[in-house]
Amino acid sequence: MRTGLIARKVGSSRVFTEDGAHVPVTLLHIDGCQVVAHKTRANDGYDALQLGAGQAKASRVTKAMRGHFAKAKVEPKQKLAEFRISDDAFVDVGAEITAAHFVAGQKVDVSGTSIGKGFAGAMKRHNFAGLEATHSVSISHRSHGSTGQCQYPGRVFKGKKMAGHMGAERVTTQNVEIALTDADKGLIAIKGSVPGSDGGWVRITDAEKIAAPDDLPFPAATASDAAENGAVEDAAPADDTNDDSSAPEENTASDDAGGKEENTASDDAGDGDAK
Amino acid sequence: MDMLSEFNTAQAQALDAERPVPEFAPGDTVRVNVKVIEGSRERIQAFEGVCIARRNRGLNTSFTVRKISYGEGVERIFQLYSRNIAGVDVVRRGVVRRAKLYYLRGLSGKRARIAEKQEWRDTKAKGTAKGTATEEK
Repeated sequence: MRTGLIARKVGSSRVFTEDGAHVPVTLLHIDGCQVVAHKTRANDGYDALQLGAGQAKASRVTKAMRGHFAKAKVEPKQKLAEFRISDDAFVDVGAEITAAHFVAGQKVDVSGTSIGKGFAGAMKRHNFAGLEATHSVSISHRSHGSTGQCQYPGRVFKGKKMAGHMGAERVTTQNVEIALTDADKGLIAIKGSVPGSDGGWVRITDAEKIAAPDDLPFPAATASDAAENGAVEDAAPADDTNDDSSAPEENTASDDAGGKEENTASDDAGDGDAK
Repeated sequence: MDMLSEFNTAQAQALDAERPVPEFAPGDTVRVNVKVIEGSRERIQAFEGVCIARRNRGLNTSFTVRKISYGEGVERIFQLYSRNIAGVDVVRRGVVRRAKLYYLRGLSGKRARIAEKQEWRDTKAKGTAKGTATEEK
């Protein structure tokens, strides 16, 4: 079982395919998704990878977490998440997992926190039909109907569907298709919708219910793998992208690489001062 | 530019480079070459009519073409960047004072005509080959 990825929802768009169709997609951004820690069966009772993504200001991170990140020699991350894996799928701490981890056409499960709806009525929350528009119904057109029986049982059963808080809970959409991936820009396009609001964090994992294709990178597609595979593969996608869009991307990539070392160095220094 | 618009512009530019579309506006008569798949064979079918609306939304840009087919008005909405469109030719440039020519739906025959745009100046600089050709006539 491979690890998944932490991604940030960018928004929805469309992709015009070669065969003339157009596919509605949700764009997910893989932003510096690195392995922060290992959870092992010996130590913790289960095998998992702890991944971190995004950038957090070092000054806004607690000292305990700074130590945790410094141990892994990674920048402070905004979001941490654990992914259960099989014992042969460990990836080195500090390795950056790229969008190439998933392959176009593959099915994945995506979990996120759904958009909060607040206190919602029974019609919106449970798809109740409401009451009639006329026939002596007044004021309560959108209410639920009866909630129980008679003097016996004389109470409302637990779990009765009623109005209440809706949304802002963890939702998983299963078996959604990867439309395309772009490791250079860290983008994954997923066919259809994904739970949560734009800018929210989501977890992507291989589909639990559908067998994964054989050509998936195992245990993970890391940034160092991509570098080893050489300039040949890198050059090809770079040519495909437009000139003006690819140029700034390269700059940011080099900035990141440079900034990473500096940041971790300053973390260490900060810890030292405190002591 | 945020990632979403960057993704959209990049895709729009790539599709535009693949199949450039001449500039056209509502009021122009255009011929849209549509790819039609019949069984395993693919052929091009032209849809010629007046562009009565254009919705400029970057990658999601679409336009409406209206024609009279056997005495019956037919409108088709096309996605500008769709790969189902093999190309768009501008047949005639029209003079209109609206962005959306929905009023044409209520008109027929001579009343539904649109005056042709006369380009007195910059004929060399502006207008496509088609546009100048019709002018010479």
